[in-house]
Order: sequence, then C-alpha cells, then structure tokens
Amino acid sequence: MATFFGEVLSVFSRAVEEDEDDLSDNEEDEQIRRELEEKRVVHLHWNPEVTECLKSGNKLKCSDFILAVGPNAARFLSVHALTSANWDTVGHSSLWNERNQTTTGQTSVEPACVFHRQKDNPSVLICQVTCYIAEDQLFQWTEKVFDCLQHRQLNVTVLSDSSVAEYKAADYLHCSSAPFLRSLHSSTYNGKSVCPSLEQPNIFTGLPAAVLSHCEVHRIPAVVYQCYSDVLGADSVTMETYNPVLTSLGKSIQLDPAPSTDVLRKFSRTSNIQSNLYI
Amino acid sequence: MFLSSQNASPCFQDFTLVMPAVAVGNVAQLAVDLIVSTLKMSRVGFIHTDCLIPMAGNNPYTTCKEDAEELHTPAEVYTAAEQKLAVLQIRAPIIQAKSKKFRQLLVSWIKASGFSRTIVLSSSHAYQRDDQQLQSAPVRYLITPSLMKVSGDALKELGWRELEKVAAFPGLTDTSAESRLYIPGGGITKGLYTDGCAEDLPLAVLLLFCSEGDNIPDALTLVNQLNDWLHLLDNPSTSCNKWKIPTSWSLLFGSGIPPALF
Repeated sequence: MATFFGEVLSVFSRAVEEDEDDLSDNEEDEQIRRELEEKRVVHLHWNPEVTECLKSGNKLKCSDFILAVGPNAARFLSVHALTSANWDTVGHSSLWNERNQTTTGQTSVEPACVFHRQKDNPSVLICQVTCYIAEDQLFQWTEKVFDCLQHRQLNVTVLSDSSVAEYKAADYLHCSSAPFLRSLHSSTYNGKSVCPSLEQPNIFTGLPAAVLSHCEVHRIPAVVYQCYSDVLGADSVTMETYNPVLTSLGKSIQLDPAPSTDVLRKFSRTSNIQSNLYI
Repeated sequence: MFLSSQNASPCFQDFTLVMPAVAVGNVAQLAVDLIVSTLKMSRVGFIHTDCLIPMAGNNPYTTCKEDAEELHTPAEVYTAAEQKLAVLQIRAPIIQAKSKKFRQLLVSWIKASGFSRTIVLSSSHAYQRDDQQLQSAPVRYLITPSLMKVSGDALKELGWRELEKVAAFPGLTDTSAESRLYIPGGGITKGLYTDGCAEDLPLAVLLLFCSEGDNIPDALTLVNQLNDWLHLLDNPSTSCNKWKIPTSWSLLFGSGIPPALF
C-alpha cells in the first residue's frame, strides 16, 4: 500500500482464507502437510549432564531465567554477564523455518539459540535467541523450554529488540527519542519496573509475547523489557538502553556494570560492514 | 485449553456465550470489545493454545491508571454473572494450518462448559454477495436446528433474514442446480456452524457483509443487531451511541504526523 506521501508500506490483508480444510481429503496433501509439520518441530539439545537430569524425571532447578531476543539484547548480556567466563554453555535449540534453514545440522559457526548456566550458581539460566522463530513455532518453543524448568520460585526476565516503527504514539516521535525501553509484566510479578509500562494501543508480539502469555496463565512472575530502536542490527547506543535493567538483574547474577572498551568493541564490531562506496 | 485466571474455576452453566470469528475487517472482534467494555465484564480465564499467534499487551479496556497495568493475552473469557453472559474475545489471527484444531478445541470447550446457547459474530466479503444477498440490510443469521427449537420464533419476530445459500455453479440456469453455504472471508464461521449442526449444539451465527477499512461503524451495526435479540443494554436506540469505545481503539491509523511537514 502506498501512503499519501508515497511511502510504500507492507500492509497485509486482514481478510481470511476460507475452505482450507476441504483440501485435507487428499491423502497425498495430508502426507506432505504432516512431513512439513515434522520438519518445523523445535528441538532442544542439552549437554549430557542436563540430559541425564531431565531423563530421570527431574526438572532443571532454576530461580532466574533470563531470555534475550534479538542481536542487541543478546550482546548486552554477552558484554555484561557472559564475558566473565564463569558461565557454562549447557545447550541450544534448533529449528527449521523459511527464514532459518541452516540450523538443522548445527554446523554453523554460532548457534542462534544458546542456553548458558552460571558455574557457581547453576540456578541462573541465560538464553540468547538471535534467529527467527516463525509464528507457529513460538508457542512450541516456549512450552518445550518451560517444560524443562522447575516452576517453583522461578523468575523470568526477557530483554527484546524491536523497531521503533512498531511503536504507536499520539505525538510524532522525534528521532532523538529512540531508543527507549517499555515493559510488560505478568500479574504475579511484584518487582519494581525500571521503565514506563507499555501504553495502549501498543502490544508485544513474537517470542516475548509467547513467554509472557505462558507465564501469565501458569502464574510465573515474569517481566519483559522491550527496546524500541531506530537502528537495524547491533548498535552500542541501543545496547546501552538496557542499562537500567542491570539493577534488577544484579540481584541474581554477578554483572559487570562497566565493561572495558575492548569488550564493547569486540561485540559491536561485527555489524560494521565495510562499504566500498567511497574507495 | 481453558485455564481459569482465578482460584476457583468459573461455572458457565446456562450462560449465553458470545464469541467472534476472526474475519473480514475484524468486525466481530470489535463488536465483542464493545460488549466487554460497556458491560464492564470481568476476566475469568484464558484459552491457552498453540493455534493462535502469540501477543501480549496491557489492559485494553483501561479506564483509570490503577487498572492499566494488567496483562492480557490472545484469547480470554469474560463474564457478567447477573446477565448470565460469557464472552470469548480472540485478539490474534489463527495459524492457518491449525484452524481445524482450533475449531475442535472450541466446540469441545463449549460442550463441556454447558452454555445454553452460543452466538458467533462474524463478517463476510461484501463484494462476493450474489443478487439476493444484495437486497435489504447487510446482516444475516444462521441457526442450528437445536437452537431453532428454542429461539426460532424470537428471530422471526425480529424480522431477520437467514443467510441465503448460493449456487454452487453460478451461471448455470438449471433449476435443480446445487446450492451451498458460502461465507467468503469468514474464517472458521462456516466450520463452526457445520460442527454445531453435526454435534447438536445450540448455536447461532450473526454476520455482516462488509469490506475492510475503518470497520468501527460495521462493529456498531453488528452489536446493535445483537442487542435487539439479547437486550444487553436497555435502550441503546434512544441515544445513538451508548456503547463505550475502549482505549485500545485509539491510533487506528498509526502514530501522529511529523509537525515539520507543515
């Protein structure tokens, strides 16, 4: 759709297809659909120790589950927590969808969805998700991950990246106002929020929404901090927007509030793709 | 599956259930929003399922600062106990491959809950109407034999029109030509209705022919029509609009415009 000013917006129709299930009479179609569905199943791969623990019917003892969705949120946790080398990688999840086709073999350099556990306090679990999880896989991913965790005394914190274009406000947003944080929490969460709550008519979608819905219906305390940024990809200014969250996270894990410039440089370098435009 | 949001699970025995079908222009969902916000219904539970695309937001019906921070999910059930009314609101699209599963889930929940009747609000593409459907007001109904016995007369008195079946092969002038029920753009409406007939559920569909755009007037038409039957509000016709528009309907056309433009 083109607006009055000529911008082209990708607006999808709200119209709904009908008579889809008339197709299911065909056995061959049914088989193709079943195979596609099998291909889209989310798999969790834990290390032998955790696998052993889950096999014996126990769940992972977890007091804090910290989930980072998107490149900036993931790098924020890398810089402030994971660099301290006192973390073990305990597992990863793999999934296949139309935008994420390489992870099935897990031969890529960096798996896109990794679980880390603190060495001296194994009840803290961090997960970084930088891959695309399709709409039909979000619920499944959430169910599978939370199935492995003990629900008693569990606290969930989600950091998530979003585009400022997704944010609606009555006043025009000046470029200078982005990036900024907004939060949503489940009804059992009683901590103090470090940023304004998400205003109507804005909503969260994707993995943060799936996790939050799961926590709400199962009465798990959870809070989501979403950063609305005007920069695509990793960027240090966007990453710093998460800083207020350090105070609430600092209670459960050891954090490095002021990482060295070397560390920061290491995690923001990859996004600077060299341009050959002005050679 | 239904999960209660309170400690005790709610009783729906002999309640009337009103629910939307996710369809053209989201008219039915808007109409349900109006019912929940006007009657100040309270949330009693969630439909937690993988058939809907996840979303989360703060209270869409907020009236003051105190109740603004309350988490809401894709599908929730509200009740007004004194009116024996339950409402299911669906706020997210159904994952296409799972629409059949979602329908089955709804039908089994409706059966298990013991609702006295279920009214599905819906909409259908206005541009796909045939000649007879173009006549009279754009609202139509469908009713299962089981509810027909109870409410058939009431609907006749209201003078509503049943949804006309359309020719399966339009253009053929054979008088014995097959006709079929066709609800283009209606999502799971037709499936729910046929399931309702097969399972002997007391179920009615109330639908509106419309096009996509600003569908607020359509939602008001549909909810007023429903009110003629259920009498949710005492006298909505005396003042033109007693329905309370929820805060979540703001900014329907996006954020403010940059002032530097002018």
